[in-house]
Amino acid sequence: MKSTQITIEEASSLAERPLLEIRDLDVSFKTGSGEFNAVSGAHLTIMQGETVAIVGESGSGKSTTALAAIGLLPPNGRVSRGQILLDGEDIAHVHERRMIELRGNTIGMVPQDPMSNLNPVWKIGYQVKETLRANGKPDGPADVAKALAEAGLPDSARRAKQYPHEFSGGMRQRALIAIGLSCQPRLLIADEPTSALDVTVQRQILDHLETMTSELGTSVLLITHDLGLAAERADRVVVMYRGNVVESGPSLELLRNPQHPYTKRLVASAPSLASRRIQVAKERGIESEELLAPSEAVVEKHLPADVLQVENLTKVFKLRSGLGRGTDFTAVDDVSFSVQRGTTTAIVGESGSGKSTVAQMVLSLLAPTSGRIVFDGVDTSTLTPKQLFAFRRRVQPIFQDPYGSLDPMYNIYRTIEEPLRTHKIGDRTTREIKVRELLDQVALPQSTMQRYPNELSGGQRQRVAVARALALDPEVIICDEAVSALDVLVQAQVLNLLAELQSNLGLTYLFITHDLAVVRQIADHVCVMEKGKLVETGTTDDVFESPEMDYTKALLNAIPGGKLMLPPEVA
Amino acid sequence: MTRYILRRLLQVIPVFLGTTLLVYYMVFALPGDPIAALFGDKQPPQSVIDALRAQYHLDQPFLVQYGIFLKNLFTFDLGVDYTQQPIAATLARIFPVTAMLAIEALIIQAVFGVAFGLFAGLRRGKLFDSTVLVASLVVIAVPTFVLGFVFQLIFGVQLGWAKPTVGANANWETLILPAVVLGLVSFAYVLRLTRTSVIENMNADYVRTATAKGLSRPRVVMTHILRNSMIPVVTYLGANLGSLMGGAIVTEGIFNVPGVGNKLYQAVLRGEGPTVVIIVSVLVLVFVVANLLVDLLYAWLDPRIRYEK
Repeated sequence: MKSTQITIEEASSLAERPLLEIRDLDVSFKTGSGEFNAVSGAHLTIMQGETVAIVGESGSGKSTTALAAIGLLPPNGRVSRGQILLDGEDIAHVHERRMIELRGNTIGMVPQDPMSNLNPVWKIGYQVKETLRANGKPDGPADVAKALAEAGLPDSARRAKQYPHEFSGGMRQRALIAIGLSCQPRLLIADEPTSALDVTVQRQILDHLETMTSELGTSVLLITHDLGLAAERADRVVVMYRGNVVESGPSLELLRNPQHPYTKRLVASAPSLASRRIQVAKERGIESEELLAPSEAVVEKHLPADVLQVENLTKVFKLRSGLGRGTDFTAVDDVSFSVQRGTTTAIVGESGSGKSTVAQMVLSLLAPTSGRIVFDGVDTSTLTPKQLFAFRRRVQPIFQDPYGSLDPMYNIYRTIEEPLRTHKIGDRTTREIKVRELLDQVALPQSTMQRYPNELSGGQRQRVAVARALALDPEVIICDEAVSALDVLVQAQVLNLLAELQSNLGLTYLFITHDLAVVRQIADHVCVMEKGKLVETGTTDDVFESPEMDYTKALLNAIPGGKLMLPPEVA
Repeated sequence: MTRYILRRLLQVIPVFLGTTLLVYYMVFALPGDPIAALFGDKQPPQSVIDALRAQYHLDQPFLVQYGIFLKNLFTFDLGVDYTQQPIAATLARIFPVTAMLAIEALIIQAVFGVAFGLFAGLRRGKLFDSTVLVASLVVIAVPTFVLGFVFQLIFGVQLGWAKPTVGANANWETLILPAVVLGLVSFAYVLRLTRTSVIENMNADYVRTATAKGLSRPRVVMTHILRNSMIPVVTYLGANLGSLMGGAIVTEGIFNVPGVGNKLYQAVLRGEGPTVVIIVSVLVLVFVVANLLVDLLYAWLDPRIRYEK
């Protein structure tokens, strides 16, 4: 890590050879239609105590390269060419028995998703203990507690007796870090160790990881899709694109002066580095709204500017406790804000801040405990079932997970057509014309109609979800973490698409997100939520330039790479 | 946890009343006069018929009969069946036999089903896996009575490894062949369920993490794949135990096992209301208790499940 302050020259004088050297690495996968290379000709060197980051989008081969280094390629994958030298020993084709010896105490791993990487049926302590035991370290309760405490888990002796589902995401990641570092490996592979966590937690975890590895002198291979994060945490960055290493070099140098076109795009679209609102909508929004809605233009003039008003909204959930008596949990506490027609309002907060609960109440999927939601002058709680049906037509959601929100059994045509059919709009021919139009609007080829969700990439699926949301010509779109699951480049595309649609169709967006970097790019107004309360509201520029609350400041500080200085032409 | 168990046990009461009432009514509604059937072609004197009717309360309306049945049951007076045999003695004779049969069948299903399923899942697509898959499909597709007769003929008669019929001397050894037949179909289901579950869990992230920790393959399989894969299997086995106790009519018939299935079948044929209902009641109890045990085992296997509400 950086705090060790070891440059490449110094390191090579300290140790003659690098700890890990990957030479000309090809990794190929056997599939139904033959063998293809996921990684070709990868080069990588990590010196003792150094942190190297591999950056790239999903499918770039970054994780595959890392898995090859610890001998954990999936059964259909193999190293077809090249060498992986660990301290001079080629481990690319070494016997599994040797790999088992190396794993844990020479090469450790911190995996990506803290939710799925701990076995739900074993206590946390046991999962640490078996690591210690397998690597011949002392494995008593005190040793387990020590490993967990070092990873920053408070009250670790008691926590060790709990199960993973009793832990928050950040605590689980700490447990996984404890497992990865418990046997003091010389090399730690950290595969997107914090991408599933909130930004503030992310910062704490990365800070802690940095302190631990520099104390132990561990080399780190950090895998990430976030260039900002990589630049901030690593000594050197390796950029991978479609299985090839396209560029590598010292972090800041690479960020300030990217050579390869892909790196340039990556630097330009990294959300943490971009700093301005996508302008299309803001500039043209108001006039085009009038142009494009001629039939309703007269009516709309009489409508209030605030299409959506949320007043003193509160939601209390009853939690069951051991003795059957319920305790109250206030998920949303007296929240008021309003959304102006044709603008984007973002609700920002960490998980558990109540932002998604607000979205569900605005969509009338959840009844508020108290308070009102006024849509277009009408309190939504007074709507009859029939009016509610009409309301749903005007307010459409786009959800976070483009994998989960599309029915895998429906082809794309049917997926987009379904809302039209549900609302009995048009006949077969006009519906088909509409679907074709929608696909054009979201820049998908018409041939997509016959395909199924599993044949599409994440970005394409999210475009389909956008098309489906637009099918009923809604006025308001609620985006619940609509771009959080996407790679940065795809994310930038979808955000641009949303901005363009807003300017063309005069849409109003309510954007629910934990990602402040995204907010900066898309929102006009920001509402910051913390523990169910609205702590700060204002225009995006105001909130970003002069945040008032400590919580907002903490959120802003936690954006990876946020403090890195970039020349203006790149940002 | 105690509250949960108590609540589950209290649930037995309505289940018990409901099933007995229903079964009693169905036997009552069966066509034919059970007393006349006792005498076959002979025509007994009317006084004898009347006396028997009075003894079994057949001259009373249905609900009164059911009431008397319940009263007798709660005073532990099970009475005699239509052949004047005490029902309590019959139960004491048939239930141990069926219990032995069911336990043997359960062991065959659980131990062999899980072992084969685990092995097949770990070697997915290899020869062992394909063979076992086809074989289990055959077992599932062929009706039990066909399997029963084939096994009886091959192992009982031709090879002479076991007695072809059990008869009066039912013990652990003589019951093995019927237990194999009885357990075979569920063995195939358990095998397939375990296999699917193992394949699913093999690709779980935490299994890869376990390997990355430096654990040996056997340890990864035993602690991280097998235990997680047992969760659906245990649910199936529990639901299946009930049918092992009561549903062995065909198998018990083929191998002439003097157990519950056989007795129940005869009692239904004779229209012996009290006998049928008492046997069914015991089966209901067994079923409820077995399912409770399974739910507790389930909570032990999967700590995310807690029954404290």
